[in-house]
Amino acid sequence: MSNDLTELVLAGNRRAVARLLTVVEAQEAQPYLAKLFLHTGRAWVVGITGSPGSGKSTLVTALARHYRAQGKTVAIIAVDPTSPYSGGAILGDRIRMRDLAGDSGVFIRSMATRGSLGGLAQTTRDMIRVFDAAGFEYVLVETVGAGQSEIEIVRVASTTIVVEAPGMGDDIQAIKAGILEIADILVVNKCDRIGAAQTVRALRSMLEIGHPTRTSHHGQWMETSHTSAAPVPSMWVPPVLQTVATENRGIPELAEAVESHRAFRQGQPDDAEARERARAELLERMNSALLKMAYTLLPSDVIEPALDRILAKQADPQSVVDDFVTTLFPDKITRQG
Amino acid sequence: MSRKPARVLIAKPGLDGHDRGAKVIARALRDAGMEVIYTGLRQTPEMIAEAALQEDVDVVGLSILSGAHLTLVPRVREAMNAVDLGDVPIIVGGIIPEVDHAALKAHGVAAIFGPGTSTDTIRDFINDLTAARNVE
Repeated sequence: MSNDLTELVLAGNRRAVARLLTVVEAQEAQPYLAKLFLHTGRAWVVGITGSPGSGKSTLVTALARHYRAQGKTVAIIAVDPTSPYSGGAILGDRIRMRDLAGDSGVFIRSMATRGSLGGLAQTTRDMIRVFDAAGFEYVLVETVGAGQSEIEIVRVASTTIVVEAPGMGDDIQAIKAGILEIADILVVNKCDRIGAAQTVRALRSMLEIGHPTRTSHHGQWMETSHTSAAPVPSMWVPPVLQTVATENRGIPELAEAVESHRAFRQGQPDDAEARERARAELLERMNSALLKMAYTLLPSDVIEPALDRILAKQADPQSVVDDFVTTLFPDKITRQG
Repeated sequence: MSRKPARVLIAKPGLDGHDRGAKVIARALRDAGMEVIYTGLRQTPEMIAEAALQEDVDVVGLSILSGAHLTLVPRVREAMNAVDLGDVPIIVGGIIPEVDHAALKAHGVAAIFGPGTSTDTIRDFINDLTAARNVE
């Protein structure tokens, strides 16, 4: 059903979508993706990240229900970690997404991070495109909740929501984690708990440092003056919202903030960010394609002898790699340097 | 290492709240390198069928300790058939009296694993099952 699969996905056939997602995960979907690409670009992709236990799954569920109430279709990609020891995974996000069961306007897919060498972002992008081509209007990507893979996945989203919970560290923790750089919207979930106001305040004051178009001075918002003659580019200042996802509190406001960010992104004169994202994706794909090619072209018996030489201190690792490159591209050695 | 880990849905249909067995199995299958989608408690047959469809699983494992297996299992099978998952096998674990095994197998259950079954046995069974499916 190879050719049909593309057609079935475009028609929104759920089993075909599920099947193609499996093929995407197995890195064998390129012929399909090439055809589907033309039909993508309509879905709005929202990434949801934050520490484990901050309530991401519950928030995703509440947001999805909000979109469903508006008649919008929603796909969810819920990422959980692969065990580095066995290669297996327990994917348990569906437990908290129980309320969405039985709604044919929602499609939930659990995804294990697997061992892909930085390939997680690519797989996620490809899965998003399958949902996009199948006609889903929103794609919500919920990340693992720890580590660098967060940032990798979140870069594929159009709007990134960072979820915090009260009492999860001081404001310096927030800077260290780098979450302020990636957040388009900050959410303090579980804000019925003690310490919520403090967390909100800490996040707001950290944001001011990073967004110099306006500043709070004794509680008043003031425009900062710019000495350079260049016009100040309009800047998105991430709002800090408060929610109690289990009670649906603050969810309409969150959805509104997503729409505001969407309007902001789409209102940018030339979507420079879209170009940067396309560039990042292109370079990533080039890296992995070249790497794959190198592995295929290098004689299979060069690695072990090279290791022997390195361990015997006969050659340093970079020189060995340079030799490999020279072997692979003998005509291009003059460009070294 | 196989390229594609087996994907297994572990679900608890009906009203019983004893999920320790299901969790032990989920963990053992993860340790065997499988991707286990765990749905949690109190799933209806339709919810299980829909989850199996969306997750494109190779096999569905049902854990039942309520005694309602003769009612629930055929309903899950029907719900799965209704969404075109007739080819996805079901295995059952939990408290299933010997006398009911034949009836369940008549409803297309691939295997029944009672208390005391080694997790290795279950792992090997699923591996054989998915290997056979991948050849098709």
